[in-house]
Amino acid sequence: MKENKLTKGKVAGVIANLVMVDVDGPVSQNEICYIMLEDVKLMAEVIKVLEKRAYIQVFESTRGLRVGTDVEFTKGMLEVTLGPGILSRNYDGLQHDLNKMEGVFLQRGDYTSALDDDRMWSFTPVAKKGDPVAAGDWLGEVDENGQPHKIMVPFKFTGKYKVKSVIDKGEYTINETIAVLLDSEEKEVPVTMVQKWPVKVPIKAYKNKPRPFKLLETGVRTMDTLNPIVEGGTGFIPGPFGSGKTVLQHAISKQAEADIVVVAACGERANEVVEIFAEFPEIDDPRTGRKLMERTTIIANTSNMPVAAREASVYTAMTLAEYYRAMGLRVLLLADSTSRWAQALREMSNRMEELPGPDAFPMDLPAIISNFYSRAGYVYLNNGESGSITFIGTVSPAGGNLKEPVTESTKKAARCFYALSQQRADSKRYPAIDPIDSYSKYIEYPELQEYLKKNVGENWVENVLKIKNILIRGKEASEQINILGDDGVPIGYHVDFWKSEVIDFVILQQDAFDEVDRSSPIQRQKYMLEKVLNVYDTGFEFGSFEEVNPYFKRIINEFKQMNFSDYESDRFYKHEKELFNIIDEKKIA
Amino acid sequence: METKAFQKIYTKITQITKATCSLNADGVGYEELALVHGRLAQVVKIQGQSVTLQVFGGTEGIPSNAEVTFYGRPPTLKVSDDLAGRFFNSFGLPIDGGPEVEGDEREIGGPSVNPVRRKQPSELIATGIAGIDLNNTLVTGQKIPFFADPDQPFNQVMAMVALRAKCNKIILGGMGLTNDDYLYFKNVFDNAGVLDRIVSFVNTTEDPPVERLLVPDMALTAAEYFAVDRNEDVLVLLTDMTLYADALSIVSNRMDQIPSKDSMPGSLYSDLAKIYEKAVQFPEGGSITIIAVTTLSGGDITHAIPDNTGYITEGQLFLRRDTDIGKVIIDPFRSLSRLKQLVIGKKTREDHPQVMNTAVRLYADAANARTKLENGFDLTDYDERTLNFAREYSEKLLAIDVNIDIKAMLDTGWELFSTHFRPEEVGMREELVEKYWPKKE
Ligand SMILES: Nc1ncnc2c1ncn2[C@@H]1O[C@H](COP(=O)(O)OP(=O)(O)OP(=O)(O)O)[C@@H](O)[C@H]1O
Ligand SMILES: [Mg+2]
Repeated sequence: MKENKLTKGKVAGVIANLVMVDVDGPVSQNEICYIMLEDVKLMAEVIKVLEKRAYIQVFESTRGLRVGTDVEFTKGMLEVTLGPGILSRNYDGLQHDLNKMEGVFLQRGDYTSALDDDRMWSFTPVAKKGDPVAAGDWLGEVDENGQPHKIMVPFKFTGKYKVKSVIDKGEYTINETIAVLLDSEEKEVPVTMVQKWPVKVPIKAYKNKPRPFKLLETGVRTMDTLNPIVEGGTGFIPGPFGSGKTVLQHAISKQAEADIVVVAACGERANEVVEIFAEFPEIDDPRTGRKLMERTTIIANTSNMPVAAREASVYTAMTLAEYYRAMGLRVLLLADSTSRWAQALREMSNRMEELPGPDAFPMDLPAIISNFYSRAGYVYLNNGESGSITFIGTVSPAGGNLKEPVTESTKKAARCFYALSQQRADSKRYPAIDPIDSYSKYIEYPELQEYLKKNVGENWVENVLKIKNILIRGKEASEQINILGDDGVPIGYHVDFWKSEVIDFVILQQDAFDEVDRSSPIQRQKYMLEKVLNVYDTGFEFGSFEEVNPYFKRIINEFKQMNFSDYESDRFYKHEKELFNIIDEKKIA
Repeated sequence: METKAFQKIYTKITQITKATCSLNADGVGYEELALVHGRLAQVVKIQGQSVTLQVFGGTEGIPSNAEVTFYGRPPTLKVSDDLAGRFFNSFGLPIDGGPEVEGDEREIGGPSVNPVRRKQPSELIATGIAGIDLNNTLVTGQKIPFFADPDQPFNQVMAMVALRAKCNKIILGGMGLTNDDYLYFKNVFDNAGVLDRIVSFVNTTEDPPVERLLVPDMALTAAEYFAVDRNEDVLVLLTDMTLYADALSIVSNRMDQIPSKDSMPGSLYSDLAKIYEKAVQFPEGGSITIIAVTTLSGGDITHAIPDNTGYITEGQLFLRRDTDIGKVIIDPFRSLSRLKQLVIGKKTREDHPQVMNTAVRLYADAANARTKLENGFDLTDYDERTLNFAREYSEKLLAIDVNIDIKAMLDTGWELFSTHFRPEEVGMREELVEKYWPKKE
């Protein structure tokens, strides 16, 4: 671009947060601009250009906005600021630090900075003079809450560079030059600890993206055992309101084996974010010995915050996740709820009077969703190290009906499907993940099967497939019993049904609010799975169908007491022994 | 609400629809208030010179040469302690014959609370109704609607909850309230001698429907005054939010917006969330709790209004007539309080969570047994016992006429378990069973 003058414009129309601006120069799609109200500047993004008119979505309330108000364009797209100090922070959807804002109420235009300029970080060099480097390569490292935060060649640097110098080990602020690089023309380029990156563009500073193959332990039995997710995998949780999406995501965020957790609260309740604010700083992270909050970043755009920023928030979160992945870390990214993001797109598309797709969502919704999910993944970095982003989003289908555009589009993009069932939620069978409808495509991956055999148990995969079958058999038996009546079927049907109920109560159901039961390490899951299969493989002798229900209730009760007891504690074994006694009562020798 | 002196008067309306009218005007701000032919209106769209106004009173009889003036500001409410004990219409004007309230003039529909400035709700609201306190415990700062068919006594239950709850102020936002229900609320509050703690903003069925759109924001602006400026616990009652949403759809359809599900505007979720998210616990002690009513049609909760509401609120209280006992109960299956976790077993006895869950699970077993019965099958002994349990549970705990404290509710729960079941049938934590299972001689 020859001219360096920034484009200016004047407001020509307002419909809620869609504003029409007549401009005096070039503007680009997704360019950021500011509306200059008397006392504040309102940030906005270009979403459509028609000759001399730009359509912008304002990230704030447009109350009081008048025709003729000045607008200044920036040439840049929406960017995040990347550098040490992101962890444990609470940002809004545009990465403004919520804690730095004044007052109890959010004031529009109160744009706080994402990082601290004054804080000192203890820096250790990683690269040496003469090293050839490119975007994303590690120059040094600072300790951020116990995580090795890599200072990298900025992602915007294209081509090859050579390290001219890296500053000595010591304490520095983020804005000090920590390295000088030489570009291909031997020109010196300084590098600090901060860089910027546009959120809608994926960070691709890695060598390749293999199929993921490592189990990501979540401590949630019905996931880890039945439908495991993997490091770098994608999954989604659709379910009607109140079926347990948020509780499940919170459990995963607390328990999963990840180095970094990024939570995007996207158009959901503020009190749920407050729950994280209140709990995470108190919860110990067993792996680091620090608090959970120290490895977590929250992007909060709750339902009452500006709608346009809701769309931005998921991209902001993804970009932060990509930044940490490039450091060779395992990042877990959670978004609750991606439907709210889709609805934000719908609101804008309707205001612009675009031709609507199904349910008035924009036509390109499937493409937008699949592009987003494709940014997750397991990667090998240029230096041979690996990093991952595991992404799990929730979906809130209208009327709980899974045949709607957001669920259907997401199903094509995500590899794990954790369908929450209203019926299970109603009968308090939590987590309400339907064991039969849900799936993990990863369990079919030979890479993962190999990994599970090696790391969990030789028979693990077989056993998992076996219990899936038992569950299906149990369901069929229960349908038969319902059609033909208790005494209209052979006793064996009752036994099949109750054996599947044992799996339901012992493996599938898990109380997210119980100190002990809430999280179950994979070794414990394996132990319980084997015990449950033990019951399954046992032949029982019953005189009549009426004996079946009370008998299995006792078995389930002992199992549940085991789940409520610390693993391998006296109490745990006491109930196990009790369990054996009950089994022996009716066992066919 | 007087208009400013020397303001420009426009007299050329270019377009009139049922709920809106448009004219050419300069220097008008978005969401600004206007007066059209003596009726209040608000700017909903500006396109170059053309300004579209949503006329709250409807546009019947407005001529194309009607006088239009602009206020230069969005709708406001004057707030002070004098609001207490008063009844207003949707515009915040007195309807009780009293004087206009003097006070600080505040824009309604103001900004949201910064999430990091919120406090986690932790104060239990006791109502004496076990269907609420035991199974769906309410907490200050919560937002929760009653889901009920129009023939259910939701306003009565809501008034009862409001009177039993310990709070400093009760703010009633009535939308499309029948005159009878309006008088009912007035009477109940009067008889309870609490009129001085009540502020009401009422749009009755006799008033134009679009006016309703102002009611929640008026009520919540008053609520914020008492909760923030006065650090009080404020309970806001919004009834009926379904009629509010209907008014939203009238306006958006007149503005040619593409409707989404059930002819509701695509922004319904955001519109409702802006209201409900005003519920908050402030760190300085004040709080806003919202109890609303969403009427259903034929119990259908998949309709866009209850559906979007359910996704926003922190649970819902589902009223249903239990034909077995002939009483209205709070349905334990479809009802939920998401904030109960913050108080049950912590502010209440340790066995609360397990008693609650176990009872509901057994009630579900009873529902299965009933299905069996209806399909003409024999019942097992266990089935019979669950049915007996369910009947007593419904009568002694779920019915809305129950009024006991939470300890009594828990004791009743254990009593019912031990009457109908053996300990190993209920699958509860061993140490709780040892401690609370009634010892029978
Ligand atoms: N694993 C669990 N253990 C115990 N209770 C649970 C569990 N999962 C969910 N619940 C119960 O269900 C309630 C609703 O769960 P949650 O808030 O996660 O629903 P949701 O699917 O996120 O709903 P929405 O779409 O409205 O946000 C919780 O408040 C809790 O009472
Ligand atoms: Mg949720």
